[in-house]
Amino acid sequence: MQRITPLLWLLFSAGGTVAALLFPIHLLFTGIAIPAGWLEAPSHETLHRLMTHPVVALYLLVLIPLPLFHWAHRFRYPLYDGLQLKHLTALIAVLCYGAALLGTVTTAYLLWSIR
Amino acid sequence: MSADPHYTLYHPRWYRRRVSVWWWLRKRSYARFVLRELTSVFVAFFAVIYLWQLWAVVQGPDAYARFLARLRTPLFLALDAVAFLFVLFHAVTWFNLTPKAMVVRLRGTRVPDAVIIGLNYAAWLVLSGMVAFVLLRA
Repeated sequence: MQRITPLLWLLFSAGGTVAALLFPIHLLFTGIAIPAGWLEAPSHETLHRLMTHPVVALYLLVLIPLPLFHWAHRFRYPLYDGLQLKHLTALIAVLCYGAALLGTVTTAYLLWSIR
Repeated sequence: MSADPHYTLYHPRWYRRRVSVWWWLRKRSYARFVLRELTSVFVAFFAVIYLWQLWAVVQGPDAYARFLARLRTPLFLALDAVAFLFVLFHAVTWFNLTPKAMVVRLRGTRVPDAVIIGLNYAAWLVLSGMVAFVLLRA
């Protein structure tokens, strides 16, 4: 654990930056403007064509996994200190980073299968 | 911490005051700290939504239509609205923290905090514009 701490911190900070720069606009489109009917949803064909483009695939491989690792790193502290679960450190770390890893593998697999 | 502690008659146990799980609501700055850390939950929430969309598109037009219909439900609209506010809170606190995490020197002098923060906001504006452009044209 000690040896990969710098790597986990790097993922945390990279993911935080990606989420800060890109999530508000994506969330505004996908989560609010389109469901609320202010904008028309892109057709399946359009999205499919976009997602098969290598640049977009690379973009999604940054956009989804890095913020997941950001969450995995940061969410542990409200659990440790807020809910006073300090004694479960190892279990929480495994669950959080494991979930982020699972999300990363799923993203990669989906992008690979859509090619 | 692993071994069971032994208590003797005259040294029953260490005194440790129990702190309420809600300690962070007592002070504004504590609450801000916990709320800031909790923004990560909404960051993950949206990452999962995007992953879900990717999955739906891979599955085909029917799954994609179901995904769109699900996001139109009041539950998801409300969740997304709350998530949007938390993600904005994350962005603002993150940008304002950058000069503390990263000290940049240019020709021997430290670049002022305001410049680094300003560059962050400028990058935010430019990138948001680019994403909006691509999504609107698509």
